[in-house]
Amino acid sequence: MAGLQYILKRLALMIPTFLLVMIIIFLLVRMLPGDPALAIAGDKASDADLAAIRNRLGLNEPLLVQFWLFFTNVLQGDLGRSILMRTSVMGVIIERLPTTVFLAAFAVSLSLLIAGPLAFVAALNRGRWPDTVIRTVFQVGLSMPVFYIGLILLTFLAAHLRWFPVGGHGDGFTGQLYYLFLPSMTVALYTSAIIMRNLRAAIIEVLDAEYVQFARAKGLPNRLILGRHVLRNALISTVTLLGLSIGNLMSGTLVTETVFAVPGLGRLMLEAIFARDYPLIQGLTLTFAVLVSIVFLLTDLFQSLLDPRMRLS
Amino acid sequence: MTDTAAAPPEVTTARKSRLHLALRKPGFLVGATIIGMSILFAVMPGIFAPYDPNFIDYTAVRQAPSWEHPFGTDMLGRDSLSRVIHAYTVNMQMAVLATVFALTIGVTVGALVGYYRGVADMIFGRVVDAIITFPFLVLVIAVVAVLGPGLINMYIAITVVGWVYYARLMRAEVIAQMGNDYASAGIVMGYSDRRIIFRHLLPNAITPVVVYWMTDMALAILLGSSLGYLGLGAQPPQAEWGVLIAEGRNFITTAWWLSLMPGIAIVLTGLGFSLIGDGLADLLRPRG
Repeated sequence: MAGLQYILKRLALMIPTFLLVMIIIFLLVRMLPGDPALAIAGDKASDADLAAIRNRLGLNEPLLVQFWLFFTNVLQGDLGRSILMRTSVMGVIIERLPTTVFLAAFAVSLSLLIAGPLAFVAALNRGRWPDTVIRTVFQVGLSMPVFYIGLILLTFLAAHLRWFPVGGHGDGFTGQLYYLFLPSMTVALYTSAIIMRNLRAAIIEVLDAEYVQFARAKGLPNRLILGRHVLRNALISTVTLLGLSIGNLMSGTLVTETVFAVPGLGRLMLEAIFARDYPLIQGLTLTFAVLVSIVFLLTDLFQSLLDPRMRLS
Repeated sequence: MTDTAAAPPEVTTARKSRLHLALRKPGFLVGATIIGMSILFAVMPGIFAPYDPNFIDYTAVRQAPSWEHPFGTDMLGRDSLSRVIHAYTVNMQMAVLATVFALTIGVTVGALVGYYRGVADMIFGRVVDAIITFPFLVLVIAVVAVLGPGLINMYIAITVVGWVYYARLMRAEVIAQMGNDYASAGIVMGYSDRRIIFRHLLPNAITPVVVYWMTDMALAILLGSSLGYLGLGAQPPQAEWGVLIAEGRNFITTAWWLSLMPGIAIVLTGLGFSLIGDGLADLLRPRG
């Protein structure tokens, strides 16, 4: 069973990677000059608080023991207490997570809706004016910072035309759709530029491939060729690309959330930084890493499911 | 470019004809012009800026664009055009300083692990996997959070994360080059590892890295201005595009030009680097 073996091998590779991720996050706060306990508890902490934190983190123990403590705490879901929110870091993150996931998923859907059809139009009209126009527009899109796209949408569609709210979040599914449309669109305009460029190249590659030329020569109708061969292969490359750009997408949501005041993980990260809330920064950094690696894993599995060649290599 | 008849010896003609080819491509030419102008602005902003970028005039606050102030004035009455032009110094500096150390470290590490492989390469593989598991911006922001906001810390943070991408590219390219006869010939002839890596493999493997560098400079400006906008990069009153856009944000409905104009500078510069990158890819990649 090659498929199962592949999955197991893939999962095994995640263990050392994740250990390193934990080490990086652990060292992040240990890199701080001065007493980590003071940094974690904040300036207003009492001596008793400091002692409690030193004890909990094992700051009087050797570094390896400290890491072991951090590691076991995290595995038990204990990310410490947030100075800013005055509750457990885990609780705050779980509270904010759905908004960010919704925003990211919405952005992915929108960017597929934008990039998919346009990539087909561009690839099928290669070298002619529709191709040139589409590529030029997306090239400009790629040069725009996400916060700038967000501000433009915010100014014209929300503040000026009043079609959308200028920020915040809604209740229920439709409320979220309404409130998160502009933030998602902001991210989508950026990611669709990346997707469009690669999808166009992928479609052209398939169109030029021998098996498609063979199908043509056999006299198969165009619709069947596009549906059976081109779409399937284009789907594989799109999923791979989407998976690989999940980091970009998360970076984008972080910026968008601050522009539109969306109460998600990204804005929380920024609030945590300005409040020097190190436990929260650590927890959020870890959460982002977990989200990305879940997506990486799903991408790999999906890819091996769609493309048998992947399982053999 | 008219004196092709007086062209130097044959060796350079191949390269020269490719240069001609690139210069004839409108994209590359446009990119080179934009970046050329940007460098001029960055090196001597005082010559191009009509006013002192920090001159405060409370009698001329938030004025709309006019002949006197083509980009308008900001909330302190400073001339926006002059501030956008002076920001070229910092933002172009970002393109260089946020990438050049990552490039140097990445190329060296990538070449070494690609050449020696073994345990170092295995560890390298895990480190790469771990670092790309973090969203780029999140890790950079986390490092900035520890070091504190500011330009220098921002460069350090971007380098700490960014070298991985160069190293990964360089490693793959060195491994590909190792398969060529000239590399085996070097080993058979008993050349030192250092000579083979740095004199033979590196020059041949560097092309994709240079092309990526151009894209990365564009990304560095996007990232740097994003951090400036978020308040983690350049700090006001420093004129930096991200900072300028953030300053204009509060007046976006009444004084939209404050945020709009610096953004156009970002887009133009990013476009310039991308176009040069595309042109270089055509120029440097051997055809056939």
